[in-house]
Formats: sequence, C-alpha cells, structure tokens
Amino acid sequence: MAWAKENGGNNKAAELNYVDRSLDGPSHNFSLMPTPSKHTQYPYVTGSSVLGIKYKDGILLASDTAGCYGSTVRYKSVERLKRIGDNTILGASGEISDFQAITNLLDELITEDWMWDDGNKLGPFEIHNYLNRVMYNRRNKFDPLWNSLVLGGIKKGKKYLGMVSMIGVHFQDNHVATGFGNHLARPIFRDEWKEDMTLEEGVKLLEKCLLVLFYRDRSAINKFQMANVTEGGITITEPFALKVNWELEAFRNPTKGAEGSW
Amino acid sequence: MSMVFAPCLTETTAPTTHAQPAWSPYDNNGGTCVAIAGEDYCVIAADTRMSTGFSILIRNYSKIHQITEKSVLASSGFQADIRALQKNLDARHQIYQHQHNKQMSCPAMAQLLSNTLYYKRFFPYYAFNVLGGLDNEGRGCVYSYDAVGSYERSGYSSQGTGMQLIMPVLDNQLKSASPLVLPLQKSTTPLSEFEAVDLVKDTFASAAERDIYTGDAVEIVIINREGVRRELMDLKRD
Repeated sequence: MAWAKENGGNNKAAELNYVDRSLDGPSHNFSLMPTPSKHTQYPYVTGSSVLGIKYKDGILLASDTAGCYGSTVRYKSVERLKRIGDNTILGASGEISDFQAITNLLDELITEDWMWDDGNKLGPFEIHNYLNRVMYNRRNKFDPLWNSLVLGGIKKGKKYLGMVSMIGVHFQDNHVATGFGNHLARPIFRDEWKEDMTLEEGVKLLEKCLLVLFYRDRSAINKFQMANVTEGGITITEPFALKVNWELEAFRNPTKGAEGSW
Repeated sequence: MSMVFAPCLTETTAPTTHAQPAWSPYDNNGGTCVAIAGEDYCVIAADTRMSTGFSILIRNYSKIHQITEKSVLASSGFQADIRALQKNLDARHQIYQHQHNKQMSCPAMAQLLSNTLYYKRFFPYYAFNVLGGLDNEGRGCVYSYDAVGSYERSGYSSQGTGMQLIMPVLDNQLKSASPLVLPLQKSTTPLSEFEAVDLVKDTFASAAERDIYTGDAVEIVIINREGVRRELMDLKRD
C-alpha cells in the first residue's frame, strides 16, 4: 500500500484500518467463514430463574438476588424484580445489563405515557406487546437482549401473567418460570397451582419452588425477593432467606440404590 | 477483493477453551396443522401445545388465526415468527380493506402470504403454514406452504412436526385424481363436514401418540356458508 508508506510513521495504524476487513461489506455475513461480530454472543453477568403465579387478588413474582459471572456468584444483591408503572411488575433472568437496558426503555415508555395525561395508563397487556416487539426486533438484528422476561400485572380486575424469551417467543399462563425454574418449578405449579389461591397459599407455593431451586440450581443463592401486584398497588419485599435442610434423606446418600453408580 | 475472505485478525479476546454453540435466532416450538377442503366447507385444525427443546411451555396456545371472513391460517414452527407473520398479514389486510372497500378473498390472501414469506427469503419466517377457507364460489380451498412461500392449492394438507405421521393417512382417505388428468376432477373431498371433522380428530389422536410435540388438545375451526365455528378436543398430555 504505497499511500500508507508516504504517511511516514503512521503505517501500522493506517494498515490496520483496511487489512483483513472489507470496506463496505455487511457487518455480519452468513457464509461458513466466521467473521468478527460486535453483537452479543453470550451473556456475562446472569440472573437465574424467575417464578410467577396468578392468585386470587393479583400476581406474585419471585426470584433470588444473585448475579453470577460464569460459575462465580459475583453479586449477591441484584434486584431482578422491578415495578413498571402502577400495575405491572417485571422480572428477568439472563444478562443483568440487558435487563437494566430494558428497564430504562420501559421507564421512558411509562414517563411518556404519564406525560400524555389523558386519563389512560399503559397496562400489563400493552407492556407485554411492547416487550415482545423489542425482543423480537433485536433478535431480527442478530443482537438479542439476553433475557427471559416475566411480566405480571392487573388492570381493571383483569389479571395478566406472561413471559417473553430472548428470541421473542411469548405466551401467557397461570404460572410461568424461566431458566431452571421451567424444569424444576413448573411441574410443581402444574400439580399444586389452583384457581383463586389466597396470598398465603401463593407465597407458600412460591417458597416451596424457590427452595427446590436453591437445592438444585447451582447459580441460585438463599436470598430471595418477592413482588406482589394487586389492584391496590405493588409491593416488592426486602430480601429474605428460607430455612434449608441439608439433612434430607436425598442429600445424605444420593447414590444409594442407584444401580451401577459409585 | 481478497480481503473479504481473509481470516479475521481484529479480535482481541482471549481464545476460548471450547467452541461456544453459535446463538440461533430460531427455535422450533412444535405443533401440527391440518386442513381439509370440502364442497362447501373447510376444516382447519392445529394442536394447542407449545414446546421448546424437550419442555412444554404451555398446553393451550392457539396456532390458528382468522385473517379474513373467509380465510383461516394455521401455522406451526417458530412462534415469534408466526405471530409476527400473522400481525403482518392483518395489517396488510386492513390496508386492502381501506383501499378496496371489501375483504380479501382466500385465493388473494394465499398469494399475499406467499409473497410475504418470499420477501424474507434470506432470513425466513420459520413458519409452516396451512391456509384454509372458502373461495369466491363458496367451495372449500386449502393452500399449503413451505417456509419461503412456495405454495399449492390442494384438497387437503398437513404441516408441522406431525406432518409425516398424518399426511399418509389423509392421502389414504382423501386422495383424489391427479390435477393433470383430464377432464379436471374436483380436489375437494366428497365427505360431509361431520365426517371430515371426525377424520381430523382421528389423525390428531394418532399423531399425538408418536410425535412428542403434538398433544394436549386439538383446536378445530370449520368455515362454511353460515360462518365460522370452533371445536376443541382433548389429546394425550404426555
């Protein structure tokens, strides 16, 4: 590159700009040759499961407060449940920084909604749709927000509980769970959830599942939060711990009776 | 031009110890769709299970979407893409109605769906569609699609994870003469509406036995000159 040499001492810098990179090619291509990508490929600081159930008066969400950096429990006081407006709560598992970006977006949305001052407020169904579109469109750009979101709310007596994944898959149900919760807690919900549970019953069910997750999910810690949304408002509890029993028979001798194990 | 293919040297991260699985923008949320066209009716059915990997996400998710008065779309595949596709078609239909002061006919919607799918030929909607409805003469019509919009009108069709279990059964029960044989035979089935619905129920019950992604319940939509009717039948939940 003759022109670069003329530049004197700036050879290296000038070369680096153009060597091994196409000038006006796509930022990513789908050929077999891997190319550098500035998009999210894997998460860094992650939150584990979020659980959600509908009960008689509204919705309950629960999660632990761990932020893991790979296999290290780096942060132990991460709030993964956030209130959105007056009638919706959002919980997220996955990349914590992406969750913070989402809460910023939602704050802007809620603020703009408030500024309209038209007697109308965005409800959980509307926010669900907004989040769906956000997650799906990021996935379309191959730069996903690496979260599984649980959204719950109640407006004018109509209860809502739903989930959006990082690629935009979404649905609503009486009980939802992300990550490990989907495998460990959901079966318990399917067995024990019933219509119109009281707050006590709902909390008990969630605590049972949180405990199971703490026993079996490596990235869970014994520090949880619960969020409750009813027509009366939103409460997010202070972090609490559950009573753990490591003397359970299953933990004493886990391989006893398992043929061929050692 | 060789720089386009040169190995990248601009990454400065430390080499990973094992290959990370590349993130995929797609997921298969499973499910099966079937449609059967009759003389003056059309039956469209789909199971209501939504799965991911080996987990069931929800047992009562509807894969059927009525776009116009006379067209019903059943889609299986990647749910987020399916939902986006449905919304896209809805919006386009609204515009059509503003511009033409009437609803789109089923054959017109069939073409629109094909074009919409092909529009994303290089980043497809992972949706396997069956469009059913009544054509302009009131006869049942079924259109079957692949993910990028190739389509064909036929007397019956199935798509999705249980397609290969169901299609041979439908062939056995409903197959009519080839469209190449002259004089042209009707491809709609001579079966009555009740018999067609019964056949659909049987095929889904069979598919649910062997296809892990099909089950929970089957939602059956029947369009005839009276309007649109819906039935729900339980399937095995395992």
